[in-house]
Amino acid sequence: MSLRLQARKLACERDDRWLFRDLDLTLNAGEILRIEGPNGSGKTTLLKILSGQLGDYDGELSWCGQPMRQVRRDFLANLIYLGHAPGVKAALTPLENLAWYQALAGEARAGKSGHALRMAALDSIGLGGFEDIPAGQLSAGQQRRVALARLELIPRALWVLDEPFTAIDQNGVAALEARLITHVRRGGSVLVTTHHVMKASARLRSVRLGDD
Amino acid sequence: MWAFIHKLGSPKWFYAISARLLPWLWVAAVALIVTGSIWGLLYAPADYQQGNSFRIIYVHVPAAFLAQSVFVSMAAAGLVFMVWKIKVADMAAAMMAPLGACMTFVALFSGAVWGVPTWGTWWQWDARLTSMLILFFLYIGVIALRGAFTSRDAGARAASVLALVGVINIPIIKYSVDWWYTLHQTASFTFTSRPAMPAQMYVPLLLMVLGFYCFFIALTLTRTRTEILRREGSKRWVRQLVEGRL
Amino acid sequence: MSGWEMIDVSVNTKPTGTVESLLVSEPEGGLIGAIKATLVRDMTLLLRRRGEMLNPLVFFALVITLFPIGISPEAETLAAIAPGLLWVAALLAALLSLDSLFRGDHDDGALEQLLLSPHPLPLLALTKVAVHWLMTGLPLALMAPLLGVMLALPSGSYVVLAVSLALGSAILSLVGAIGAALTVGLARGGVLVSLLVLPLYIPVLIFGAGAVQAAVSGANVAAHLAILGALLAVALGLAPFAIAASLRISLNG
Repeated sequence: MSLRLQARKLACERDDRWLFRDLDLTLNAGEILRIEGPNGSGKTTLLKILSGQLGDYDGELSWCGQPMRQVRRDFLANLIYLGHAPGVKAALTPLENLAWYQALAGEARAGKSGHALRMAALDSIGLGGFEDIPAGQLSAGQQRRVALARLELIPRALWVLDEPFTAIDQNGVAALEARLITHVRRGGSVLVTTHHVMKASARLRSVRLGDD
Repeated sequence: MWAFIHKLGSPKWFYAISARLLPWLWVAAVALIVTGSIWGLLYAPADYQQGNSFRIIYVHVPAAFLAQSVFVSMAAAGLVFMVWKIKVADMAAAMMAPLGACMTFVALFSGAVWGVPTWGTWWQWDARLTSMLILFFLYIGVIALRGAFTSRDAGARAASVLALVGVINIPIIKYSVDWWYTLHQTASFTFTSRPAMPAQMYVPLLLMVLGFYCFFIALTLTRTRTEILRREGSKRWVRQLVEGRL
Repeated sequence: MSGWEMIDVSVNTKPTGTVESLLVSEPEGGLIGAIKATLVRDMTLLLRRRGEMLNPLVFFALVITLFPIGISPEAETLAAIAPGLLWVAALLAALLSLDSLFRGDHDDGALEQLLLSPHPLPLLALTKVAVHWLMTGLPLALMAPLLGVMLALPSGSYVVLAVSLALGSAILSLVGAIGAALTVGLARGGVLVSLLVLPLYIPVLIFGAGAVQAAVSGANVAAHLAILGALLAVALGLAPFAIAASLRISLNG
């Protein structure tokens, strides 16, 4: 089975306004698909449809050749989604935050190994030493990194990222960009909206919204 | 079946078919209500116990019937909207809500007025009036929830869910209020437990009930048609329609 | 922050293990794990903000204090209205805590992630409601007999008071969660929740307060409690689906 997210003649109408119409796109294994467009052109809505959150669309959406509406749970089990908000609880420590996500994704490991995995994930995004501080005391960029640590912690093929470069410092941006490349090089796929100009790559394709 | 549902769901088709039904409905509503009122108010015999004050029944009972039926049909329209994504159903539901709230208010008010000659008070915590009051609050909730959303589609869905939750609760509320009332019963007289009415009394009541239903359907269709024109104002068929008329 | 650069290098040197092998066709089990983790997480969150958890209890005690002052301190008068008062005050206290049920998760984006879990949303939502009941409804039920003493509630009805409130507040949490879920996306949902939810609370109030009243007058309370139990069963069966649908509407329109 090969990863393939495909949309044909996708259209979305909100309160009598067409956000987009007749949109065709395909995301294969090993590809980064970047969705561009001005503010209000429906990037986030498209991302929500493509990540299976929004079922209110016209057209066809398929995952690995099967209609999305039928294989939604399968699809979700292969997905990591990072939205506008980091989804990090201020009152919980980074470790506790990650523990919930790990369990929610069905990756809960009992005892030491789960903890070790979480520590390794935090270390790899440069949050080693911050693991026991309530996330509310971390900076916005660090909280964002806690959310990004999920990418390391939970091995999933499809990453859907809504403006992932927000609030991260320059080094972090470069590292995340490199991380996206390694993910697709290993056969994963990335769907991303961003205003950040990404390095040209053979694996990077773009879709533009809001031109009509 | 599918094709039929979706055809019915198309605003254009709905607009056309309702135009043919409406005149009949309005005529029936006016005829039934006028006949029922004259018969009920002037020719029906006075009640042996309550005298002429019982004639409020000709407004109170149809309004109370309608108050409950409108909520059920609103929930049904909400369900159709949620399941088949038919927008006309939501427009109808949105138009029904204020109408149902008005009917509930009429039932409450006429009940209160009726209370003066029968109980000697404007308000009695009678089982029916209490249920009606709760129903009124349910209507207000649905209307307020719809209005609270900035996105019309989200508000429509939220109102549909609440109407469905409400419709499941209405029998439970009704049953529990009746139960509560029998425990605390103080008044010796209720609207419900009365000897069989003579035909001279109940036929006009029947006419009034039918008339109220026709009136409700006609008004809902008329309001839904207006709403269709408002929401679909940018569609070609609406433009053609308007230009043709002007 | 050099962590990432380091991992990139290590990945580049040994580009084995492809992601392809990660594709799973069936969502893994782990539903129990997800529910357990959600329970632990929500409990931890509430325990870290104990003030928020205590608020409904303090509110309950305060409202009960108002009545002897507003009506009469006479034990006879108070005893007559105590069952209803205790129930109404507890109901309002439970209502007060509803708005925070999903709002925190909504504001920081965790709700979005909950909706994206491959596990059934109704069950996860039910877990959150269960925590809400454990942390508000149950403490209210346990505290009620104490306030009953202050209202001169006749002896013999205290156990029924606690049991009816424990059962009833579970229904209140379930039904209230629908209202909370419907309004979580609205900036000022607080007052609206009461408007939506209070009419639906009336049957619970009737049978809950009725049970206590029956216990006071020495009548059989089993019928009341049985009906409360039946209502709870219905709410348990239906409310999670309504909550899940409402959450989806609030989040995605």
